[in-house]
Amino acid sequence: MGNSESTFWRVIDYFQNNIDWILELTVEHVVLVGSAIIVAILIGVPLGIYLTTNEQLASTVLNIAGVIMTIPSIALFGIMVPIFAVINQGIGFVPAFVALILYSQLPIIRNTYTAIHNVNPQIRDAAYGVGMNTWQRLFKVEIPNTIPVIMAGIRTAVVLNIGIGVIAAFIGAGGLGILISQGITRGYHEMIISGAIAISILGITADLFLRFLQRLLTPKGIS
Amino acid sequence: MIQYKSVTKIYGEDVTAVDQVSLDVNEGEIVVLLGPSGCGKTTLLRMVNGLESVTDGDILFNGESIKSLNEIELRRKIGYVIQSNGLFPNMNIEQNVTVVPTLLGWSKEDKKKRFEELMELVGLDAEDYRKRYPHELSGGQQQRIGVIRALAADPPAMLMDEPFGALDPIIRERVQDEFLAIQRELNKTILFVSHDIDEAIKMGDKIALMKDGQLMQFDTPSQILQNPANDFVAQFVGKDRMVKSLTIHRIEQLMERYELLDSSIEKGQIATVSKSSNLRDVLSYILESKQQAVHVVNENDEVIGQVDFALVNQYMIDLAEKDEPVVNP
Ligand SMILES: Nc1ncnc2c1ncn2[C@@H]1O[C@H](COP(=O)(O)OP(=O)(O)OP(=O)(O)O)[C@@H](O)[C@H]1O
Ligand SMILES: [Mg+2]
Repeated sequence: MGNSESTFWRVIDYFQNNIDWILELTVEHVVLVGSAIIVAILIGVPLGIYLTTNEQLASTVLNIAGVIMTIPSIALFGIMVPIFAVINQGIGFVPAFVALILYSQLPIIRNTYTAIHNVNPQIRDAAYGVGMNTWQRLFKVEIPNTIPVIMAGIRTAVVLNIGIGVIAAFIGAGGLGILISQGITRGYHEMIISGAIAISILGITADLFLRFLQRLLTPKGIS
Repeated sequence: MIQYKSVTKIYGEDVTAVDQVSLDVNEGEIVVLLGPSGCGKTTLLRMVNGLESVTDGDILFNGESIKSLNEIELRRKIGYVIQSNGLFPNMNIEQNVTVVPTLLGWSKEDKKKRFEELMELVGLDAEDYRKRYPHELSGGQQQRIGVIRALAADPPAMLMDEPFGALDPIIRERVQDEFLAIQRELNKTILFVSHDIDEAIKMGDKIALMKDGQLMQFDTPSQILQNPANDFVAQFVGKDRMVKSLTIHRIEQLMERYELLDSSIEKGQIATVSKSSNLRDVLSYILESKQQAVHVVNENDEVIGQVDFALVNQYMIDLAEKDEPVVNP
């Protein structure tokens, strides 16, 4: 009891003394995960939409994305290192960035694909019937009506990546994982716990922010 | 204005949904596609604006084969009311109604003005509904919005797939009356799908009765009722077809062939009907008032004569004898 209480205060102390560094690591983490997610969205959402026009390719792509997700994260990061070593980027930002993009594909592609695939056929029909072309149908009707499902996929991907982003530290890409990896090698408990807390706070904050964004983007008529 | 030339539609390998149908929809006419579920009404309708392809034969719109026309432009020129409304949930009522004008690039002011006109047409308050969303409207209100959305860019032709199907009978009659009143002003060319014979009689200038993808009879409601072309048609329109046919004839029409009875013959407590009443209502009033006849009044409420059962009967017998049925023109 007394021991855990003092641990608590020591963690608080650690936070206070290292706040600048922790914030710096947080920024690194956000930049890494954020940029990976942006690229993942730019790939995953259009791909998910495209797949609705090609059923066969859809199941292939979704299977591949599913397999990637089952690779343990540490192994996937490990695989990236030798691959990118070929272009002298084996350690650091690039392999971590690419691994995170791969990890977020499944939730983003799957949710986008499912959402667009399941648009109420009557509404899609009405879009054709009033004379919309493909782009108008997509941007005026299908995407607005499926924002909640697409956003749910993106949220899953973000929260997932904030957690997995910890591994990035082990291949030299920085971020909050540093606190944990260094804490482990140095047997520094307060450092490990601080890292874990900082990552949790970041995950929860990101999810709250994305929920807010989702509500903002969802048209008023569909709730 | 819309001409089907021996049109056939086969889904997949062997589902013949429409089988060599030929029919013409003239300008300003309402043609009702009528028939049991699965007989190909929706398919026939949707081939006009290219939502379904034509397997064989051709459809002409304003004399031009639809195959030679740009699909997207064609759809914007033909109002389409989808089976059970199909409003866009993400758009508010104003955006829904003005969706085709938006696609056509109308100015904001024009769209606003058009929206207000259309809402007035169906008796809904524009300000009240402008910012509301489809799910905040009753079924009847949604159907009305569906209809005026199709009218928004003032298309010469309209395709309406059971537009009032989801409504309860009372609201449905009201919306039908309202639509007929609008049509009297607008004179659109309309293809209207229904599986309800009463609706078809009421709405149609002509009825195309279908069975298993084939056209059974294409004729005016009164001909379909009085001279069914075959057993299927007779069965479909029902045993009470003669009573139904009373609803499409008004006293005014009877007056074109016969003199009304002298109103001085019988005085006292007999019912009064306007000369625009249909003959079914006339008989109903006669029965209800337990008298032999009813007074007929003109627009100024002046009695202009009487109608009795025998006169209605004579008129109907006459009609049946004079007109020959027309099958598959
Ligand atoms: N996309 C499709 N693929 C295969 N068969 C179809 C398709 N659409 C319709 N059919 C078939 O074509 C026939 C006619 O269908 P259609 O929808 O035109 O009927 P309908 O008269 O409008 O019926 P309802 O009154 O139930 O709406 C039916 O047998 C139906 O099963
Ligand atoms: Mg149908």
